[in-house]
Amino acid sequence: MRQKEREFVYWCVFFLYTGKKIINHPPPRSKMTLFSTSAREVTKMAEDSYEEAIAGLKKLLSEKNELEDAAAAKIRQLTAELQGVEGKKSDPDEKIRAGFAHFKAEKYEKNPDLYGQLAKGQSPKFLVFACSDSRVCPSHILNFQPGEAFVVRNIANMVPPYDQTKYSGVGAAVEYAVVHLKVENILVIGHSCCGGIKGLMSIPDDGSTNSDFIEEWVKICLTAKAKVKAECCNLDPAEQCTKLEKEAVNVSLGNLLTYPFVREAVVKKSIALKGGHYDFVNGSFELWNIDFKLNPSISL
Amino acid sequence: MANKSYEEAIVSLQSLLSEKGELGPVVAERIDEITAELQQSRKTFDPVQRIKCGWLYFKTEIYDKNPELFDKLKKGQEPKFLVFACSDSRVSPTTVLNFQPGEAFMARNIANMVPPYDKLRYSGVGAVIEYAVLYLKVENIVVIGHSACGGIEALMNLPKDGSESTEFIENWVKIGLPAKAKVLAEHPESTFEEQCKYCEKEAVNVSLANLLTYPFVRDGLVNKTLALKGGYYDFIKGEFQLWGLHFHLSSPCTL
Repeated sequence: MRQKEREFVYWCVFFLYTGKKIINHPPPRSKMTLFSTSAREVTKMAEDSYEEAIAGLKKLLSEKNELEDAAAAKIRQLTAELQGVEGKKSDPDEKIRAGFAHFKAEKYEKNPDLYGQLAKGQSPKFLVFACSDSRVCPSHILNFQPGEAFVVRNIANMVPPYDQTKYSGVGAAVEYAVVHLKVENILVIGHSCCGGIKGLMSIPDDGSTNSDFIEEWVKICLTAKAKVKAECCNLDPAEQCTKLEKEAVNVSLGNLLTYPFVREAVVKKSIALKGGHYDFVNGSFELWNIDFKLNPSISL
Repeated sequence: MANKSYEEAIVSLQSLLSEKGELGPVVAERIDEITAELQQSRKTFDPVQRIKCGWLYFKTEIYDKNPELFDKLKKGQEPKFLVFACSDSRVSPTTVLNFQPGEAFMARNIANMVPPYDKLRYSGVGAVIEYAVLYLKVENIVVIGHSACGGIEALMNLPKDGSESTEFIENWVKIGLPAKAKVLAEHPESTFEEQCKYCEKEAVNVSLANLLTYPFVRDGLVNKTLALKGGYYDFIKGEFQLWGLHFHLSSPCTL
Protein backbone atom coordinates (compact mmCIF):
# COMPACT_ATOMS: atom_id res chain seq x y z
CA MET A 1 0.00 0.00 0.00
CA ARG A 2 1.38 3.43 -0.91
CA GLN A 3 1.97 6.23 1.58
CA LYS A 4 -1.18 8.15 0.54
CA GLU A 5 -3.37 5.07 0.96
CA ARG A 6 -1.80 4.36 4.32
CA GLU A 7 -2.59 7.92 5.48
CA PHE A 8 -6.15 7.55 4.22
CA VAL A 9 -6.51 4.35 6.26
CA TYR A 10 -5.18 6.08 9.39
CA TRP A 11 -7.59 9.04 8.97
CA CYS A 12 -10.48 6.64 8.45
CA VAL A 13 -9.58 4.81 11.63
CA PHE A 14 -9.48 8.12 13.52
CA PHE A 15 -12.93 9.21 12.39
CA LEU A 16 -14.45 5.78 12.64
CA TYR A 17 -13.06 4.97 16.05
CA THR A 18 -14.31 8.32 17.28
CA GLY A 19 -17.79 7.65 15.93
CA LYS A 20 -17.82 3.98 17.05
CA LYS A 21 -16.79 4.96 20.56
CA ILE A 22 -19.79 7.26 20.90
CA ILE A 23 -22.33 4.92 19.37
CA ASN A 24 -21.27 1.57 20.82
CA HIS A 25 -20.34 2.79 24.27
CA PRO A 26 -23.26 4.77 25.58
CA PRO A 27 -23.30 6.03 29.19
CA PRO A 28 -23.36 3.30 31.90
CA ARG A 29 -26.35 1.06 32.73
CA SER A 30 -27.27 0.99 29.01
CA LYS A 31 -29.36 4.09 29.54
CA MET A 32 -29.11 7.40 27.73
CA THR A 33 -31.08 10.26 29.17
CA LEU A 34 -32.13 12.62 26.43
CA PHE A 35 -29.94 15.43 27.69
CA SER A 36 -26.78 13.40 28.34
CA THR A 37 -22.97 13.41 27.91
CA SER A 38 -21.62 16.81 26.87
CA ALA A 39 -19.96 17.24 23.48
CA ARG A 40 -16.69 18.28 25.16
CA GLU A 41 -16.53 15.08 27.25
CA VAL A 42 -17.23 12.99 24.17
CA THR A 43 -14.50 14.68 22.12
CA LYS A 44 -11.90 14.16 24.89
CA MET A 45 -12.80 10.47 25.15
CA ALA A 46 -12.53 10.21 21.37
CA GLU A 47 -9.12 11.93 21.18
CA ASP A 48 -7.55 9.63 23.79
CA SER A 49 -8.93 6.56 22.02
CA TYR A 50 -7.69 7.80 18.66
CA GLU A 51 -4.04 7.90 19.87
CA GLU A 52 -4.23 4.34 21.10
CA ALA A 53 -6.02 3.04 18.03
CA ILE A 54 -3.62 4.65 15.55
CA ALA A 55 -0.57 3.43 17.44
CA GLY A 56 -1.91 -0.11 17.51
CA LEU A 57 -2.82 -0.22 13.85
CA LYS A 58 0.44 1.40 12.70
CA LYS A 59 2.41 -1.15 14.67
CA LEU A 60 0.50 -4.08 13.22
CA LEU A 61 0.68 -2.87 9.61
CA SER A 62 4.40 -2.10 9.86
CA GLU A 63 5.03 -5.68 10.98
CA LYS A 64 2.63 -7.29 8.52
CA ASN A 65 2.40 -5.30 5.28
CA GLU A 66 0.26 -7.95 3.65
CA LEU A 67 -2.61 -7.01 5.99
CA GLU A 68 -2.99 -3.48 4.62
CA ASP A 69 -5.45 -4.31 1.84
CA ALA A 70 -7.60 -6.33 4.19
CA ALA A 71 -7.47 -3.51 6.76
CA ALA A 72 -8.54 -0.97 4.14
CA ALA A 73 -11.51 -3.13 3.11
CA LYS A 74 -12.62 -3.61 6.71
CA ILE A 75 -12.38 0.09 7.40
CA ARG A 76 -14.39 0.99 4.31
CA GLN A 77 -17.08 -1.46 5.47
CA LEU A 78 -17.05 0.06 8.94
CA THR A 79 -17.43 3.56 7.45
CA ALA A 80 -20.50 2.46 5.49
CA GLU A 81 -21.99 0.74 8.54
CA LEU A 82 -21.34 3.71 10.77
CA GLN A 83 -22.82 6.18 8.32
CA GLY A 84 -25.92 3.98 8.01
CA VAL A 85 -26.26 3.50 11.76
CA GLU A 86 -25.57 7.13 12.52
CA GLY A 87 -28.02 8.34 9.90
CA LYS A 88 -30.74 6.14 11.36
CA LYS A 89 -29.80 6.67 15.00
CA SER A 90 -30.28 10.39 15.16
CA ASP A 91 -33.66 10.56 13.40
CA PRO A 92 -35.92 8.46 15.66
CA ASP A 93 -34.18 9.57 18.87
CA GLU A 94 -34.44 13.18 17.75
CA LYS A 95 -38.11 12.73 16.84
CA ILE A 96 -38.83 11.34 20.32
CA ARG A 97 -36.75 14.06 22.01
CA ALA A 98 -38.51 16.83 20.10
CA GLY A 99 -41.93 15.27 20.68
CA PHE A 100 -41.44 15.12 24.44
CA ALA A 101 -40.02 18.66 24.52
CA HIS A 102 -43.14 19.94 22.76
CA PHE A 103 -45.44 18.11 25.20
CA LYS A 104 -43.45 19.29 28.21
CA ALA A 105 -43.49 22.96 27.19
CA GLU A 106 -46.96 23.22 25.61
CA LYS A 107 -49.00 20.94 27.84
CA TYR A 108 -47.26 19.61 30.96
CA GLU A 109 -45.91 22.94 32.19
CA LYS A 110 -48.97 24.93 31.13
CA ASN A 111 -51.40 22.77 33.10
CA PRO A 112 -49.84 22.24 36.54
CA ASP A 113 -53.23 21.73 38.19
CA LEU A 114 -54.22 18.92 35.84
CA TYR A 115 -50.86 17.17 35.96
CA GLY A 116 -50.63 17.62 39.71
CA GLN A 117 -53.98 15.89 39.99
CA LEU A 118 -52.99 13.10 37.59
CA ALA A 119 -49.78 12.45 39.52
CA LYS A 120 -51.97 11.28 42.40
CA GLY A 121 -54.22 8.97 40.41
CA GLN A 122 -56.54 8.48 37.45
CA SER A 123 -60.31 8.29 37.21
CA PRO A 124 -61.10 7.95 33.52
CA LYS A 125 -64.76 7.71 32.51
CA PHE A 126 -63.99 5.67 29.38
CA LEU A 127 -62.41 2.37 28.49
CA VAL A 128 -61.71 2.62 24.77
CA PHE A 129 -60.80 -0.15 22.35
CA ALA A 130 -59.18 1.22 19.21
CA CYS A 131 -57.13 -0.28 16.40
CA SER A 132 -53.33 -0.10 16.51
CA ASP A 133 -53.50 1.70 13.14
CA SER A 134 -51.34 4.85 13.25
CA ARG A 135 -54.19 6.93 11.83
CA VAL A 136 -56.84 6.28 14.46
CA CYS A 137 -55.50 7.22 17.88
CA PRO A 138 -58.41 8.18 20.18
CA SER A 139 -56.31 11.02 21.61
CA HIS A 140 -56.54 12.61 18.18
CA ILE A 141 -59.92 11.64 16.81
CA LEU A 142 -61.90 12.18 19.99
CA ASN A 143 -59.49 14.71 21.50
CA PHE A 144 -59.11 12.70 24.72
CA GLN A 145 -56.96 14.53 27.25
CA PRO A 146 -54.67 12.85 29.79
CA GLY A 147 -56.81 11.18 32.42
CA GLU A 148 -59.97 10.78 30.36
CA ALA A 149 -59.69 7.41 28.66
CA PHE A 150 -58.12 4.06 29.55
CA VAL A 151 -57.13 2.73 26.14
CA VAL A 152 -56.51 -0.71 24.69
CA ARG A 153 -55.12 -0.87 21.18
CA ASN A 154 -54.74 -4.03 19.14
CA ILE A 155 -55.21 -5.27 15.57
CA ALA A 156 -58.72 -4.41 14.39
CA ASN A 157 -59.82 -3.18 17.84
CA MET A 158 -61.06 -6.61 18.86
CA VAL A 159 -62.52 -7.73 22.16
CA PRO A 160 -62.24 -11.51 22.35
CA PRO A 161 -64.53 -13.55 24.58
CA TYR A 162 -63.58 -14.37 28.18
CA ASP A 163 -60.63 -16.80 28.08
CA GLN A 164 -58.02 -16.88 30.81
CA THR A 165 -55.61 -18.86 28.65
CA LYS A 166 -55.90 -17.35 25.20
CA TYR A 167 -56.85 -13.76 25.92
CA SER A 168 -55.41 -12.71 29.27
CA GLY A 169 -54.17 -9.37 27.89
CA VAL A 170 -57.59 -8.03 26.98
CA GLY A 171 -59.12 -9.69 30.05
CA ALA A 172 -56.65 -7.88 32.31
CA ALA A 173 -57.43 -4.50 30.76
CA VAL A 174 -61.21 -4.98 31.00
CA GLU A 175 -60.92 -6.27 34.57
CA TYR A 176 -58.73 -3.35 35.66
CA ALA A 177 -60.90 -0.72 33.98
CA VAL A 178 -64.26 -2.07 35.14
CA VAL A 179 -63.50 -3.46 38.59
CA HIS A 180 -60.71 -1.16 39.80
CA LEU A 181 -61.07 2.11 37.89
CA LYS A 182 -64.85 1.75 37.63
CA VAL A 183 -65.12 3.35 34.22
CA GLU A 184 -68.66 4.32 33.22
CA ASN A 185 -68.42 3.66 29.49
CA ILE A 186 -66.77 1.09 27.24
CA LEU A 187 -66.38 2.32 23.68
CA VAL A 188 -65.19 0.04 20.86
CA ILE A 189 -64.14 2.02 17.78
CA GLY A 190 -63.73 0.48 14.34
CA HIS A 191 -62.39 2.40 11.35
CA SER A 192 -62.19 2.62 7.57
CA CYS A 193 -59.52 0.78 5.56
CA CYS A 194 -58.75 -1.55 8.46
CA GLY A 195 -55.99 -3.96 7.45
CA GLY A 196 -57.03 -6.47 10.09
CA ILE A 197 -60.62 -6.54 8.83
CA LYS A 198 -59.38 -6.89 5.28
CA GLY A 199 -57.25 -9.80 6.49
CA LEU A 200 -60.35 -11.38 8.06
CA MET A 201 -62.27 -10.96 4.82
CA SER A 202 -59.40 -12.60 2.90
CA ILE A 203 -59.20 -15.77 4.98
CA PRO A 204 -60.21 -18.61 2.64
CA ASP A 205 -63.40 -20.54 3.39
CA ASP A 206 -61.44 -23.57 4.55
CA GLY A 207 -60.00 -21.42 7.33
CA SER A 208 -56.38 -22.00 6.34
CA THR A 209 -53.92 -19.33 7.35
CA ASN A 210 -50.41 -18.38 6.36
CA SER A 211 -49.49 -15.87 9.05
CA ASP A 212 -48.03 -16.69 12.47
CA PHE A 213 -50.56 -14.67 14.45
CA ILE A 214 -52.61 -12.16 12.46
CA GLU A 215 -55.24 -14.42 10.93
CA GLU A 216 -55.76 -16.41 14.14
CA TRP A 217 -56.31 -13.14 15.98
CA VAL A 218 -58.80 -11.64 13.54
CA LYS A 219 -60.78 -14.89 13.48
CA ILE A 220 -62.22 -13.57 16.78
CA CYS A 221 -64.77 -11.80 14.56
CA LEU A 222 -65.48 -14.67 12.14
CA THR A 223 -69.19 -14.57 12.96
CA ALA A 224 -69.31 -10.97 11.74
CA LYS A 225 -67.84 -12.07 8.42
CA ALA A 226 -70.45 -14.81 8.04
CA LYS A 227 -73.22 -12.28 8.69
CA VAL A 228 -71.86 -9.74 6.21
CA LYS A 229 -71.29 -12.33 3.51
CA ALA A 230 -74.84 -13.63 3.96
CA GLU A 231 -76.55 -10.24 4.05
CA CYS A 232 -74.38 -8.11 1.76
CA CYS A 233 -73.28 -10.43 -1.04
CA ASN A 234 -74.50 -7.87 -3.61
CA LEU A 235 -72.05 -5.21 -2.36
CA ASP A 236 -68.56 -4.78 -3.80
CA PRO A 237 -65.58 -5.94 -1.70
CA ALA A 238 -64.77 -2.47 -0.37
CA GLU A 239 -68.37 -1.92 0.78
CA GLN A 240 -68.40 -5.38 2.35
CA CYS A 241 -65.26 -4.47 4.29
CA THR A 242 -66.94 -1.31 5.60
CA LYS A 243 -69.91 -3.38 6.74
CA LEU A 244 -67.55 -5.86 8.36
CA GLU A 245 -65.65 -3.08 10.16
CA LYS A 246 -68.93 -2.09 11.85
CA GLU A 247 -70.29 -5.61 12.39
CA ALA A 248 -67.01 -6.68 14.02
CA VAL A 249 -67.51 -3.87 16.55
CA ASN A 250 -70.87 -5.44 17.41
CA VAL A 251 -69.26 -8.85 17.88
CA SER A 252 -66.72 -7.23 20.22
CA LEU A 253 -69.51 -5.52 22.18
CA GLY A 254 -71.26 -8.88 22.47
CA ASN A 255 -68.02 -10.48 23.65
CA LEU A 256 -67.77 -7.87 26.42
CA LEU A 257 -70.88 -9.43 27.92
CA THR A 258 -69.01 -12.73 28.41
CA TYR A 259 -67.06 -11.02 31.23
CA PRO A 260 -69.18 -11.41 34.39
CA PHE A 261 -67.98 -8.12 35.88
CA VAL A 262 -69.08 -6.30 32.70
CA ARG A 263 -72.49 -8.02 32.69
CA GLU A 264 -73.00 -7.12 36.33
CA ALA A 265 -72.12 -3.48 35.73
CA VAL A 266 -74.34 -3.25 32.64
CA VAL A 267 -77.32 -4.76 34.52
CA LYS A 268 -76.73 -2.34 37.42
CA LYS A 269 -76.54 0.47 34.87
CA SER A 270 -73.15 1.56 36.17
CA ILE A 271 -71.60 1.00 32.75
CA ALA A 272 -72.72 1.71 29.17
CA LEU A 273 -71.47 -0.09 26.06
CA LYS A 274 -71.04 1.89 22.86
CA GLY A 275 -69.81 1.16 19.37
CA GLY A 276 -68.16 3.63 17.02
CA HIS A 277 -66.82 3.80 13.48
CA TYR A 278 -64.30 6.41 12.32
CA ASP A 279 -64.27 6.91 8.58
CA PHE A 280 -61.16 8.88 7.66
CA VAL A 281 -61.92 8.67 3.96
CA ASN A 282 -65.14 10.65 4.30
CA GLY A 283 -64.28 12.44 7.54
CA SER A 284 -67.18 11.11 9.61
CA PHE A 285 -67.81 9.36 12.91
CA GLU A 286 -70.75 7.13 13.82
CA LEU A 287 -71.73 6.24 17.38
CA TRP A 288 -74.25 3.70 18.64
CA ASN A 289 -75.33 1.95 21.87
CA ILE A 290 -75.86 -1.61 22.81
CA ASP A 291 -78.59 -2.03 25.40
CA PHE A 292 -78.77 -5.07 27.61
CA LYS A 293 -81.25 -5.89 30.30
CA LEU A 294 -82.02 -8.93 32.41
CA ASN A 295 -85.66 -9.12 33.54
CA PRO A 296 -86.28 -10.48 37.04
CA SER A 297 -86.78 -14.22 36.89
CA ILE A 298 -90.16 -15.79 37.56
CA SER A 299 -90.74 -19.20 39.02
CA LEU A 300 -92.56 -21.43 36.59
CA MET B 1 -91.93 19.65 20.07
CA ALA B 2 -90.61 18.81 23.53
CA ASN B 3 -92.79 21.43 25.18
CA LYS B 4 -95.88 20.12 23.38
CA SER B 5 -95.28 16.59 24.63
CA TYR B 6 -94.68 17.93 28.15
CA GLU B 7 -97.96 19.81 28.05
CA GLU B 8 -99.81 16.77 26.76
CA ALA B 9 -98.31 14.68 29.56
CA ILE B 10 -99.38 17.22 32.19
CA VAL B 11 -102.90 17.26 30.74
CA SER B 12 -103.14 13.44 30.95
CA LEU B 13 -101.86 13.45 34.53
CA GLN B 14 -104.31 16.15 35.56
CA SER B 15 -107.13 14.22 33.93
CA LEU B 16 -106.19 11.11 35.92
CA LEU B 17 -106.01 13.08 39.19
CA SER B 18 -109.42 14.64 38.61
CA GLU B 19 -110.87 11.09 38.38
CA LYS B 20 -108.82 9.66 41.26
CA GLY B 21 -108.24 12.42 43.79
CA GLU B 22 -106.80 9.97 46.36
CA LEU B 23 -103.68 9.62 44.19
CA GLY B 24 -102.78 13.26 44.87
CA PRO B 25 -100.16 12.81 47.65
CA VAL B 26 -98.46 9.87 45.87
CA VAL B 27 -98.24 11.81 42.63
CA ALA B 28 -96.87 14.85 44.43
CA GLU B 29 -94.11 12.75 45.94
CA ARG B 30 -93.25 11.19 42.59
CA ILE B 31 -93.15 14.61 40.91
CA ASP B 32 -90.70 15.80 43.60
CA GLU B 33 -88.52 12.76 42.88
CA ILE B 34 -88.59 13.40 39.14
CA THR B 35 -87.65 17.05 39.70
CA ALA B 36 -84.69 16.01 41.83
CA GLU B 37 -83.58 13.45 39.23
CA LEU B 38 -83.73 16.03 36.46
CA GLN B 39 -81.73 18.56 38.47
CA GLN B 40 -79.11 15.93 39.17
CA SER B 41 -78.88 14.95 35.49
CA ARG B 42 -77.88 18.48 34.56
CA LYS B 43 -74.68 18.02 36.58
CA THR B 44 -73.85 14.43 35.59
CA PHE B 45 -71.41 13.61 32.86
CA ASP B 46 -72.86 13.02 29.40
CA PRO B 47 -70.57 10.62 27.54
CA VAL B 48 -72.28 11.12 24.19
CA GLN B 49 -71.81 14.86 24.46
CA ARG B 50 -68.17 14.37 25.42
CA ILE B 51 -67.56 12.09 22.40
CA LYS B 52 -69.38 14.49 20.08
CA CYS B 53 -67.37 17.50 21.29
CA GLY B 54 -64.12 15.62 20.99
CA TRP B 55 -64.91 14.50 17.46
CA LEU B 56 -65.99 17.98 16.34
CA TYR B 57 -62.79 19.49 17.70
CA PHE B 58 -60.71 16.96 15.77
CA LYS B 59 -62.78 17.35 12.62
CA THR B 60 -62.61 21.15 12.48
CA GLU B 61 -59.17 21.84 13.97
CA ILE B 62 -57.14 18.93 12.63
CA TYR B 63 -58.89 16.89 9.91
CA ASP B 64 -60.29 19.81 7.88
CA LYS B 65 -57.17 21.94 8.34
CA ASN B 66 -54.75 19.30 7.02
CA PRO B 67 -56.23 18.03 3.74
CA GLU B 68 -52.89 17.02 2.26
CA LEU B 69 -51.93 14.89 5.24
CA PHE B 70 -55.31 13.18 5.43
CA ASP B 71 -55.48 12.62 1.67
CA LYS B 72 -52.17 10.82 1.94
CA LEU B 73 -53.34 8.79 4.94
CA LYS B 74 -56.49 7.70 3.10
CA LYS B 75 -54.27 5.80 0.72
CA GLY B 76 -52.24 4.04 3.39
CA GLN B 77 -49.99 4.31 6.42
CA GLU B 78 -46.21 4.20 6.69
CA PRO B 79 -45.43 4.63 10.35
CA LYS B 80 -41.77 4.48 11.33
CA PHE B 81 -42.58 3.43 14.89
CA LEU B 82 -44.30 0.55 16.63
CA VAL B 83 -44.94 1.77 20.18
CA PHE B 84 -45.93 -0.29 23.20
CA ALA B 85 -47.48 1.81 25.93
CA CYS B 86 -49.61 1.20 28.99
CA SER B 87 -53.41 1.52 28.79
CA ASP B 88 -53.17 4.09 31.63
CA SER B 89 -55.21 7.17 30.71
CA ARG B 90 -52.29 9.47 31.55
CA VAL B 91 -49.65 8.09 29.21
CA SER B 92 -50.91 8.23 25.64
CA PRO B 93 -47.76 8.41 23.47
CA THR B 94 -49.66 10.58 21.02
CA THR B 95 -49.89 13.23 23.72
CA VAL B 96 -46.61 12.64 25.52
CA LEU B 97 -44.42 12.34 22.42
CA ASN B 98 -46.56 14.46 20.10
CA PHE B 99 -47.03 11.74 17.45
CA GLN B 100 -49.06 12.91 14.47
CA PRO B 101 -51.59 10.72 12.63
CA GLY B 102 -49.67 8.19 10.57
CA GLU B 103 -46.47 8.21 12.60
CA ALA B 104 -46.84 5.47 15.18
CA PHE B 105 -48.50 2.06 15.11
CA MET B 106 -49.51 1.43 18.68
CA ALA B 107 -50.23 -1.40 21.07
CA ARG B 108 -51.58 -0.51 24.50
CA ASN B 109 -52.13 -2.99 27.30
CA ILE B 110 -51.75 -3.29 31.08
CA ALA B 111 -48.19 -2.32 32.03
CA ASN B 112 -47.01 -2.05 28.41
CA MET B 113 -45.95 -5.69 28.32
CA VAL B 114 -44.50 -7.62 25.41
CA PRO B 115 -44.90 -11.32 26.23
CA PRO B 116 -42.70 -13.95 24.58
CA TYR B 117 -43.73 -15.61 21.31
CA ASP B 118 -46.72 -17.84 22.05
CA LYS B 119 -49.38 -18.57 19.43
CA LEU B 120 -51.85 -19.86 21.98
CA ARG B 121 -51.55 -17.46 24.89
CA TYR B 122 -50.40 -14.23 23.33
CA SER B 123 -51.80 -14.01 19.81
CA GLY B 124 -52.91 -10.39 20.29
CA VAL B 125 -49.44 -8.98 20.82
CA GLY B 126 -47.99 -11.39 18.27
CA ALA B 127 -50.43 -10.10 15.65
CA VAL B 128 -49.44 -6.48 16.31
CA ILE B 129 -45.72 -7.19 16.04
CA GLU B 130 -46.16 -9.37 12.97
CA TYR B 131 -48.24 -6.77 11.16
CA ALA B 132 -45.98 -3.86 12.10
CA VAL B 133 -42.68 -5.56 11.28
CA LEU B 134 -43.59 -7.69 8.23
CA TYR B 135 -46.31 -5.61 6.54
CA LEU B 136 -45.77 -2.01 7.61
CA LYS B 137 -42.00 -2.50 7.91
CA VAL B 138 -41.63 -0.13 10.85
CA GLU B 139 -38.04 0.88 11.59
CA ASN B 140 -38.26 1.24 15.37
CA ILE B 141 -40.00 -0.59 18.19
CA VAL B 142 -40.25 1.48 21.37
CA VAL B 143 -41.54 0.06 24.66
CA ILE B 144 -42.50 2.81 27.09
CA GLY B 145 -42.96 2.25 30.83
CA HIS B 146 -44.23 4.90 33.23
CA SER B 147 -44.38 6.05 36.84
CA ALA B 148 -47.09 4.92 39.26
CA CYS B 149 -48.04 1.97 37.05
CA GLY B 150 -50.89 -0.02 38.61
CA GLY B 151 -49.95 -3.15 36.68
CA ILE B 152 -46.36 -3.10 37.98
CA GLU B 153 -47.67 -2.45 41.48
CA ALA B 154 -49.83 -5.58 41.12
CA LEU B 155 -46.74 -7.50 39.98
CA MET B 156 -44.75 -6.32 42.99
CA ASN B 157 -47.69 -7.19 45.28
CA LEU B 158 -47.98 -10.78 44.02
CA PRO B 159 -47.61 -13.14 46.98
CA LYS B 160 -44.48 -15.29 47.05
CA ASP B 161 -46.47 -18.49 46.58
CA GLY B 162 -47.70 -17.17 43.22
CA SER B 163 -51.38 -17.40 44.21
CA GLU B 164 -53.76 -14.98 42.48
CA SER B 165 -56.87 -13.14 43.56
CA THR B 166 -57.77 -11.58 40.19
CA GLU B 167 -59.28 -13.26 37.15
CA PHE B 168 -56.76 -11.90 34.64
CA ILE B 169 -54.59 -9.05 35.94
CA GLU B 170 -52.07 -10.99 37.99
CA ASN B 171 -51.73 -13.71 35.38
CA TRP B 172 -50.96 -11.06 32.75
CA VAL B 173 -48.44 -9.05 34.75
CA LYS B 174 -46.54 -12.24 35.62
CA ILE B 175 -44.93 -11.69 32.22
CA GLY B 176 -42.75 -9.22 34.14
CA LEU B 177 -41.66 -11.66 36.89
CA PRO B 178 -38.00 -11.70 35.79
CA ALA B 179 -37.91 -7.93 36.36
CA LYS B 180 -39.35 -8.31 39.84
CA ALA B 181 -36.80 -10.98 40.73
CA LYS B 182 -33.94 -8.76 39.58
CA VAL B 183 -35.23 -5.73 41.48
CA LEU B 184 -35.73 -7.68 44.72
CA ALA B 185 -32.25 -9.18 44.42
CA GLU B 186 -30.52 -5.85 43.68
CA HIS B 187 -32.56 -3.53 45.91
CA PRO B 188 -33.77 -5.59 48.87
CA GLU B 189 -33.50 -2.66 51.29
CA SER B 190 -35.38 -0.12 49.17
CA THR B 191 -38.95 0.91 50.01
CA PHE B 192 -41.83 -0.67 48.14
CA GLU B 193 -42.35 2.56 46.14
CA GLU B 194 -38.68 2.64 45.10
CA GLN B 195 -38.79 -1.05 44.15
CA CYS B 196 -41.88 -0.39 42.02
CA LYS B 197 -40.03 2.37 40.21
CA TYR B 198 -37.06 0.12 39.48
CA CYS B 199 -39.45 -2.58 38.31
CA GLU B 200 -41.29 -0.17 35.98
CA LYS B 201 -38.00 0.35 34.13
CA GLU B 202 -36.70 -3.21 34.37
CA ALA B 203 -39.97 -4.61 33.02
CA VAL B 204 -39.35 -2.58 29.86
CA ASN B 205 -36.05 -4.45 29.46
CA VAL B 206 -37.86 -7.77 29.95
CA SER B 207 -40.27 -6.75 27.17
CA LEU B 208 -37.39 -5.74 24.90
CA ALA B 209 -35.78 -9.14 25.49
CA ASN B 210 -39.11 -10.87 24.76
CA LEU B 211 -39.23 -9.05 21.42
CA LEU B 212 -36.17 -11.09 20.46
CA THR B 213 -38.24 -14.30 20.70
CA TYR B 214 -40.08 -13.25 17.52
CA PRO B 215 -38.05 -14.48 14.52
CA PHE B 216 -39.15 -11.60 12.30
CA VAL B 217 -37.89 -9.12 14.94
CA ARG B 218 -34.54 -10.94 15.15
CA ASP B 219 -34.26 -10.87 11.35
CA GLY B 220 -34.97 -7.14 11.32
CA LEU B 221 -32.29 -6.51 13.93
CA VAL B 222 -29.69 -8.65 12.14
CA ASN B 223 -30.46 -6.93 8.83
CA LYS B 224 -30.34 -3.57 10.60
CA THR B 225 -33.79 -2.65 9.31
CA LEU B 226 -35.16 -2.52 12.85
CA ALA B 227 -34.05 -0.84 16.10
CA LEU B 228 -35.35 -1.53 19.63
CA LYS B 229 -35.68 1.20 22.23
CA GLY B 230 -36.85 1.41 25.80
CA GLY B 231 -38.48 4.47 27.32
CA TYR B 232 -39.73 5.65 30.70
CA TYR B 233 -42.21 8.49 31.25
CA ASP B 234 -42.24 9.91 34.75
CA PHE B 235 -45.33 12.10 34.96
CA ILE B 236 -44.62 13.02 38.57
CA LYS B 237 -41.31 14.68 37.70
CA GLY B 238 -42.16 15.52 34.09
CA GLU B 239 -39.23 13.58 32.63
CA PHE B 240 -38.66 11.12 29.81
CA GLN B 241 -35.77 8.67 29.50
CA LEU B 242 -34.82 6.81 26.34
CA TRP B 243 -32.36 3.98 25.80
CA GLY B 244 -31.44 1.48 23.10
CA LEU B 245 -30.92 -2.27 22.90
CA HIS B 246 -28.07 -3.39 20.68
CA PHE B 247 -28.16 -6.88 19.19
CA HIS B 248 -25.66 -8.55 16.95
CA LEU B 249 -25.20 -12.11 15.69
CA SER B 250 -21.68 -12.83 14.47
CA SER B 251 -21.24 -15.20 11.53
CA PRO B 252 -20.77 -18.76 12.70
CA CYS B 253 -17.42 -20.41 12.20
CA THR B 254 -16.95 -24.11 11.77
CA LEU B 255 -14.91 -25.56 14.61
